Amino acid sequence: MTVLSTHGLVARYGDFQALYGVDIDVAEGEAVALIGANGAGKSTFLRSVMGLLAVKPEMVRLEGQPIGGTPTDRMVQKGVAIVPEGRRLFTGMSVEDNLRVAIDQADRLGRKGGWTLERLHLLFPILKEKARTGVQNLSGGQQQMVSIGRALLSQPRVLLCDEISLGLAPKVIREIYAALPEIRAQGTALILVEQDVGLAQSATDRIFCMLEGRVTLTGASSVITREQIAEAYFGGSHAVV
Amino acid sequence: MQWFDALIQGILLGGMYAQYALGMALMFGVMRIVNVSHGDLVILLSLIGISLASSFGWGPFTVMVALVPLAIALGWLLQKAVLNKVVGDDPLPSLIATFGLSIALQNMMLQIWSANSRSLPGGGIESQSIQIGGIYVGLLPVMVLVFATGLTWGLDLMLKRTRFGRALRAASADVEAASMTGINARAVYASATAIAVGILGFAAVFQSLRSTVAPADGGAQLIYAFEAVIIGGMGSVWGAFIGSMVLGISQAIGFRIDPGFGVLAGHLVFLLVLAVRPQGLFGKV
Ligand SMILES: Nc1ncnc2c1ncn2[C@@H]1O[C@H](COP(=O)(O)OP(=O)(O)OP(=O)(O)O)[C@@H](O)[C@H]1O
Ligand SMILES: [Mg+2]
Repeated sequence: MTVLSTHGLVARYGDFQALYGVDIDVAEGEAVALIGANGAGKSTFLRSVMGLLAVKPEMVRLEGQPIGGTPTDRMVQKGVAIVPEGRRLFTGMSVEDNLRVAIDQADRLGRKGGWTLERLHLLFPILKEKARTGVQNLSGGQQQMVSIGRALLSQPRVLLCDEISLGLAPKVIREIYAALPEIRAQGTALILVEQDVGLAQSATDRIFCMLEGRVTLTGASSVITREQIAEAYFGGSHAVV
Repeated sequence: MQWFDALIQGILLGGMYAQYALGMALMFGVMRIVNVSHGDLVILLSLIGISLASSFGWGPFTVMVALVPLAIALGWLLQKAVLNKVVGDDPLPSLIATFGLSIALQNMMLQIWSANSRSLPGGGIESQSIQIGGIYVGLLPVMVLVFATGLTWGLDLMLKRTRFGRALRAASADVEAASMTGINARAVYASATAIAVGILGFAAVFQSLRSTVAPADGGAQLIYAFEAVIIGGMGSVWGAFIGSMVLGISQAIGFRIDPGFGVLAGHLVFLLVLAVRPQGLFGKV
């Protein structure tokens, strides 16, 4: 069943139009990848869905209900969470306090779900060990785990992840991607923005490729070929599988 | 003995400054909102308290019970009506908005209460003294210090241990990321400013008990609060408390050197801290 879908999503920064009618959808427990070159509009897409950019209500639907442009804190209440580009942790606060903020708010907003601090510690044991450490003193991979953990503690039905592998060592990337199946097993839908095409293909069911604010290719991750992706990535004919 | 006495007087004076500074520590130190009308709010609340006391014959603590909730409401309104419209990474809009508010408040107070100095009758507590460890100190300054310590302790605990405190620290660190975790930053800020101005309700009672107040006096309170927060270090509530002590002690010692040098000594120590340790005594680099 489709959980989240966008319909002709347009977004702009002032006079500059960044998205030209994007249609993307994700089902319960499904993972889709959003790939594309720098500046294609991937982050803009996630930010638009999250209510961080002004969009029309009908452009974003959650289980069919129009929710586009809902203020971000209310979007969390509805069950959409984001692991933002650059992690965006609360500097000066400990790992535990960063996570507690999300627990506090989920509690306040009446969101229920299976994610607890204990379960997160099983998923990423290092977060327990570093509970009292200031997040600014963590390695990049550890910070990314906090950012993912913080989003999960909002008990999302849809999780948006913006380049969670960026700048991390291959071993750490594997560790983080190994957590995704458990997140999906919870029924959570995933939209992964990812620069590493191989990684995107192996971790998701479907792929959407963006170029200059448009989706230029969609298809099953296991079927799509490197050649198709290369073409969709850099332009040429707009192939659809 | 003379210097020891100055030290004690300085600490007690620091207690009064801490009551001004705590709200500033919350607004400027944590939320990065520059509230130029901070001192004028102390004066406004003092004058309201004095009027309440004379109209109803209330004692200072009855006035306090009425004034603190009023101050909380005033703070909430200030954030909702003015500051939420100008918050952001840039402190300039809040500075300009509250600068205008400061002038408006001063003129309004002049209109209502005239330029005369007034004070709150304390029913005798202002002249009582108690003996602590062989020296006599005024009861009122000791009470001021006790209240200041209690308020600092409570505020620090609230920031560290409560849901509200965590939400406020998160919103101050990254307001957009805070919204991504479900925080309604405007509501959190409105409550925080309500608390900051609420503390000024206590300060107003003590300020008008220990000296006189007049509509134009707010500037000094603003400067002392600001200096205390900078000396102590941004973002630290106990830092602001210690900063207030440093300011009070500097002024008391300066006063012993030369009565005209007291206030200036405080400013010089402030400048010294700014030059040597710009992040403040307790600030993180
Ligand atoms: N705040 C902004 N103001 C104006 N233009 C912006 C802003 N943010 C992004 N853009 C522009 O919008 C377009 C899409 O940017 P976006 O960040 O969504 O790309 P992206 O696909 O996430 O790229 P990357 O892989 O580099 O993260 C780019 O042309 C970018 O320059
Ligand atoms: Mg991006």
